[in-house]
Amino acid sequence: MSTIFGIPAPALYGQILIGLINGSFYALLSLGLAVIFGLLRVINFAHGAQYMLGAFVSYGLLNYLGIGYWLALILAPLIVGAVAIVIERTMLSRLYGLDPLYGLLLTFGLALIFEGAFRYWFGTSGKPYAPPPQLTGAMNLGFMFLPIYRGWVVVASLIICLGTWLLIEKTRLGSYLRAATENATLVQAFGVNVPRLLTLTYGLGAALAALAGVLAAPIYQVNPLMGSNLIIIVFAVVVVGGMGSILGAIITGYMLGILEGLTKVFYAEASSIVIFVVMAVVLLIRPAGLFGREA
Amino acid sequence: MSVEVQSQPIARQPDLRTLTRLLTALALVGLLAAPFVVYPVLLMSMLCFALFACAFNLLIGYVGLLSFGHATFFGGAAYFTAHAVKVWGWDPLAGILLGVLGAAILGLVVGFLAIRRQGIYFAMITLALGQMFAFICLQVPFTHGEDGIQGVPRGHLLGFIDLNEPLSMYYVTLAIFLFGFFAVWRIVNSPFGNILKAIRENERRAVSLGYRVDRYKLGAFVMSAALAGLAGGTKAIVFQFATLTDVQWQMSGEVILMTLLGGIGTLVGPVVGAAFVIALQNYLASSDFPVTVLIGIIFVVCVLVFRRGVVGELLEFVRRREGRPD
Repeated sequence: MSTIFGIPAPALYGQILIGLINGSFYALLSLGLAVIFGLLRVINFAHGAQYMLGAFVSYGLLNYLGIGYWLALILAPLIVGAVAIVIERTMLSRLYGLDPLYGLLLTFGLALIFEGAFRYWFGTSGKPYAPPPQLTGAMNLGFMFLPIYRGWVVVASLIICLGTWLLIEKTRLGSYLRAATENATLVQAFGVNVPRLLTLTYGLGAALAALAGVLAAPIYQVNPLMGSNLIIIVFAVVVVGGMGSILGAIITGYMLGILEGLTKVFYAEASSIVIFVVMAVVLLIRPAGLFGREA
Repeated sequence: MSVEVQSQPIARQPDLRTLTRLLTALALVGLLAAPFVVYPVLLMSMLCFALFACAFNLLIGYVGLLSFGHATFFGGAAYFTAHAVKVWGWDPLAGILLGVLGAAILGLVVGFLAIRRQGIYFAMITLALGQMFAFICLQVPFTHGEDGIQGVPRGHLLGFIDLNEPLSMYYVTLAIFLFGFFAVWRIVNSPFGNILKAIRENERRAVSLGYRVDRYKLGAFVMSAALAGLAGGTKAIVFQFATLTDVQWQMSGEVILMTLLGGIGTLVGPVVGAAFVIALQNYLASSDFPVTVLIGIIFVVCVLVFRRGVVGELLEFVRRREGRPD
């Protein structure tokens, strides 16, 4: 068996794959956070809860309505996005113009409500969610066995990230969005309905989180706490990347995921804190974040 | 006519001062008599969390920094105190002081990193560093992982006050709380405190006036952490254990809620908020209603309609009546 730095190669590849998958979720979630923060100036603490909701909606669709994975991949983000739009219209929109910390506190409260309610109904034990039959099994890549579903998650998240980036950078809607990020009043004066843009953006961000939740359901078990554990790591990712750029959020997400996987191979005890250590180092050297613009 | 209008607030000021003194005296008598009416452990829990909330309020209320990682200092101090008293056999007071010192050092490290960013980033950084500390607590041997440090002996304070006696434990806790509360009051009303408020109101202006804003922020952060540590260390002696619950982000969230509910930036607000939240948790402990959901709902309601908190709204009401001619 071949070894690399004294580590058996399959173990190394395996951990890199796990890191890549975790990184996919970091990238998807920090992307959504960055999109929401860019326009609304709100740090969406409920992002983790929306990710968890996405997983639970697909679980519910399968077990109560018999609707499978592929349809859930479309339906769950729509449902969670609709819930988010209601939240934005009824609550979040009242806080614009106030200290942005209130947005954080409001979404924190919402996260507690969702999480507490789901824990009350479903308990803390995870619910299994089988991957669709088309994506079960493994593929022999020559140097390692790749479970097909895991490969699919990496590819799908790359496509989603790229798609969102294209949506924001290359379409007319995206140009409105970017313009409103720079100067909302001016864009409104040009006749763009900025409040509707804000609502849509929050819905889009939440839908992205839910989509990540559906992708995650077959890998991690569907669990009411799956979001809150993840969101804090994603916050660290966002601090490292800086929220100035969408592409920065994506790259940082994948990078830190892989770094975490590698740490698991070489020094497993530190793997749960390595991202926070990186955050501390980045704060010392480059406080604005790797891709940040703000001084 | 105009003379009368001008002189009115001046004439009323002594009234307000006597009222404040009267209320303070009443509160003190109430606190001294309380253990004869209410279960002392519940009261001690309220006092510990009230002190914790006051320490947190020092930062959010007077410097405008929202720390989402204050559980680190509260829970960290609880671990240090519990370990010193249980394993090393220290005097409870020495154990609590070690907790305070440990929390201050943690505050220095966390604060040094976190004050490099402002506003929303500050909150995220403190949250992330707090989570990192929780992971460390899960792995290092002296905290005993999921079990925590159990069965911490209360012992004899200074060798002669038997803390196993519920009443003496209560009065010691009360004395510690009053000390901490007085410390916050003193800090807020000192020249140092005025500079903190200036930073809260307009940081750039404070910089342009020649203040080294970062040092003041760090100073306030360390003081807040040390006071949170005082609360955590005392809690470890009162409840005789220190566990992971104290260092996790949910605890940081709870102290935010207590302060927000009572009134950010008011001296008494955090005390009222803490007493209310602890009473609520105590009341719901026997039912199977999910407490987290209720806490979340209170959060949402506070942020949407009640941003000044209970005490803040009361003060605003009084202020408005003062300002309006009868």
